[in-house]
Amino acid sequence: MPTVSVKRDLLFKALGRTYTDEEFDELCFEFGLELDEITSEKEIISKEQGDKKAEGASDVVLYKIDVPANRYDLLCLEGLVRGLQVFKERIKAPLYKRVMPNGEIQKLIITEETAKIRPYAVAAVLRNIKFTKDRYDSFIELQEKLHQNICRKRALVAIGAHDLDSLSGPFTFTAKRPSDIKFKPLSKTKEYTACELMNIYKTDNHLKHYLHIIENKPLYPVIYDSNGVILSMPPIINGNHSKITLNTRNVFIECTGTDFTKAKIVLDIIVTMFSEYCENQFTVEAAEVVFPNGKSYTFPELAYRKEMVRADLINKKVGIRETPENLAKLLTRMCLKSEVIGDGNQIEIEIPPTRADIIHACDIVEDAAIAYGYNNIQMTLPKTYTIANQFPLNKLTELLRHDMAAAGFTEALTFALCSQEDIADKLGVDISATKAVHISNPKTAEFQVARTTLLPGLLKTIAANRKMPLPLKLFEISDIVVKDSSRGPAFFPGRCAEVFARGQSIGKLGVLHPDVITKFELTMPCSSLEINIEPFL
Amino acid sequence: MADGPVADVLLRRLEAADGGLDSAELAAELGVEHQAVVGAVKSLQALGEIIEAELRSTKRWELTAEGEEIAREGSHEARVFRSVPPEGLAQSELMRLPSGKVGFSKAMSNKWIRVDKSAADGPRVFRVVDSMEDDVQRRLQLVRGGQAEKLAEKERSELRKRKLLTEVTLKTYWVSKGSAFSTSVSKQEAELSPEMISSGSWRDRPFKPYNFSAHGVLPDSGHLHPLLKVRTQFRQIFLEMGFTEMPTDNFIESSFWNFDALFQPQQHPARDQHDTFFLQDPAEALQLPMDYVHRVKRTHSQGGYGSQGYKYTWKLDEARKNLLRTHTTAASARALYRLARKKPFTPIKYFSIDRVFRNETLDATHLAEFHQIEGVVADHGLTLGHLMGVLREFFTKLGITQLRFKPAYNPYTEPSMEVFSYHQGLKKWVEVGNSGLFRPEMLLPMGLPENVSVIAWGLSLERQREPPVPRP
Repeated sequence: MPTVSVKRDLLFKALGRTYTDEEFDELCFEFGLELDEITSEKEIISKEQGDKKAEGASDVVLYKIDVPANRYDLLCLEGLVRGLQVFKERIKAPLYKRVMPNGEIQKLIITEETAKIRPYAVAAVLRNIKFTKDRYDSFIELQEKLHQNICRKRALVAIGAHDLDSLSGPFTFTAKRPSDIKFKPLSKTKEYTACELMNIYKTDNHLKHYLHIIENKPLYPVIYDSNGVILSMPPIINGNHSKITLNTRNVFIECTGTDFTKAKIVLDIIVTMFSEYCENQFTVEAAEVVFPNGKSYTFPELAYRKEMVRADLINKKVGIRETPENLAKLLTRMCLKSEVIGDGNQIEIEIPPTRADIIHACDIVEDAAIAYGYNNIQMTLPKTYTIANQFPLNKLTELLRHDMAAAGFTEALTFALCSQEDIADKLGVDISATKAVHISNPKTAEFQVARTTLLPGLLKTIAANRKMPLPLKLFEISDIVVKDSSRGPAFFPGRCAEVFARGQSIGKLGVLHPDVITKFELTMPCSSLEINIEPFL
Repeated sequence: MADGPVADVLLRRLEAADGGLDSAELAAELGVEHQAVVGAVKSLQALGEIIEAELRSTKRWELTAEGEEIAREGSHEARVFRSVPPEGLAQSELMRLPSGKVGFSKAMSNKWIRVDKSAADGPRVFRVVDSMEDDVQRRLQLVRGGQAEKLAEKERSELRKRKLLTEVTLKTYWVSKGSAFSTSVSKQEAELSPEMISSGSWRDRPFKPYNFSAHGVLPDSGHLHPLLKVRTQFRQIFLEMGFTEMPTDNFIESSFWNFDALFQPQQHPARDQHDTFFLQDPAEALQLPMDYVHRVKRTHSQGGYGSQGYKYTWKLDEARKNLLRTHTTAASARALYRLARKKPFTPIKYFSIDRVFRNETLDATHLAEFHQIEGVVADHGLTLGHLMGVLREFFTKLGITQLRFKPAYNPYTEPSMEVFSYHQGLKKWVEVGNSGLFRPEMLLPMGLPENVSVIAWGLSLERQREPPVPRP
């Protein structure tokens, strides 16, 4: 779940009232958010680096709010406030409009070199915007949250926001050889080539995670303005020249990436959220993007989609009995402006560009249920009549477990994942003969393979319980993973036997070979029995 | 023991004693181990007010083993002195003697001997004085004779530094008469015996009171694993509610069944290397039901069944990737697909409790392997209200009656709900499970009829803090 950190007092100011922590927690619960933590910058630094480092840090109260992973419109204070205010019917959801500029429309031209590395781009302009420190911080934070979330750490989409007045369109989005790209990036004082930057950022704790996206490509993506000024080298870093400050009045936003749908969604989210601070509130100036094939698109899309849902469908899925008018009111509270149409049973819902998460009628049903209040729904039992059956393997397992315990054995529950040695070397068997399943990228050697036998787990359990009085009698009845049947562990010569049931070999028993015993760091003689119970089903 | 000879003697001596007696002294007098006297004291104490015993700590000086040797043979330096004849002795020879190395420097600093380095055949040791007093030996003998107090503090600590003396703490009891003192103590029985029953002698014997602070003897037995006992109880609850157990005997699953069939997009973070164990070998699932796979592909990339879809390029290779299942919902998907292929549709209730895997770094609260509990109901016209009702019955069987529901998000359910219950101990609402209605994008490509809803919920077995308590 993404977490959004907002200053409590700013939040309350925007909401137009204060809440106690409990009241706000309750509101979050109702809406589907979670007030995860109440803290401050000072507390955070104190926890991470000690009290000394925290001295002088802000103790302004911060609310850390967990937001559903598919609600990109709730990833900043502006979106949270808007969502909650509409939910509480204190405001109407704004109508977001794309407007054509007075003069020439800003153009972003994509060249064909980008095709192999980052083929898509979208763009828009926020005209006559007013930033304060808080709004600016929120603007930066939203981009970061989107990058981490829907943009999949900038791999799918990367966002660049620029001071339009410092640039001159039309803009070109192309790809060049790293050595041919030279500019002064954000926060640096001199110019560097792209190669140098890739090196410098290897030690940058924030940016080093994104280098792999373009590092090994022959050409790096880069955006220029008409004077050759570099706006950005996505997805790594923007240029210092067009950096946004508190005095910036006009913002040019570009989103580039490998997923067109997501780029469009991301752009829509940013502009809907921050057009609140434009002189012409909630309007976004259009920009044109021209693709290599000559096709032209106007962005942002800011599409409003209409869906028709029958009132009785919503009632039936939720288990309530609201009138169509009431349902329309409930949905409107969720920023899904609705009205009853047609025969009085149909509800027409307008899905705004901030709700990319609504892709099916069931998403609308959920919003109706949330507005109704989950805890107001009457709990009923389905009339489904069924006779229960146990899974035969599990039924047999339960019977055997009880009898094993009654016979004086203690049940163990061991890990299914183990090291290669556990199922091979330590048992005196070659790993290739085990036909084991191998894990790629295990975090430790203990997760290299899936167990092909239950024996190592039990032997490790005994080794970890050496101080317990003897005898130690353990058992486990559980799944193993084999590609096909494999050889068993080494037994002491002349002290083992194969077990047959109904004419079929089902396993082996015997005294373990001393090599096996010592490899598991044990000292006492050990006998084992391992059989497959499936033939008994 | 309270009736043993030592205890007997102790009581009689105590009767005659003036005030009391010391346990160590008594032990020495009787020629028995101090522990035997202590044992008698303790067992007499257990009988009540027969005696009073006060624990005392006394310190005593004793010789170490080396100290004993020196008390007998003399100090090393004295022995060195004695081994130097009037005509002197080559230093090299002296050093080879048993006490040579140790005693030489001490004898030198005592100025009992001297070394002539200019001697013809090497350094030679000569006596300086004609005779000497072996003070060290004398002092040690004093201590051995129990007269350590005759030595000065300084002398004693010097000997201790040389590891010839140690200070030993002796814990003794000062025993005196108790309020119920008597020299005749009858033996208390521990157990009723067959002989006592048949002879009736039990009527006249006193029995020792139980010691409830002693550990009992554990009976010999086998044991069932505590977590698996909880599993058994959940299985029981589901069976009581009419739920049939799904097959889950496959830890290995394909990405298709684990994610794609559940309408979880291929770019979803859960499909990351960080969170999921992918297989190196065998890396790919070869057998997938291809016509179903095509319907799933279309739904993800283009939509359909009333959905906009995710509008991204869906890849078959990605779906083939094998992994260790991250949830048993994959097994539920398989079960629902099998159900969908049976015509006509019959409503079902399914459950499973089995192991799932997460590629986590292990710590006190995170395991890479744990167990998921899942319940599924498929029928015509099921509602969110029905889901809540089923959850209420399920949790009531666990002794949890106060429930609250909160909107949540899962890629494969909509509406989704988190289930909270009020924890009396922690005095707050804690999450006890996750639930929802499966999305149409998941159910319709399987071939389930359109008006069939599937409600489902899940929780983890390991999270259960106490074993489920049945409703009285």
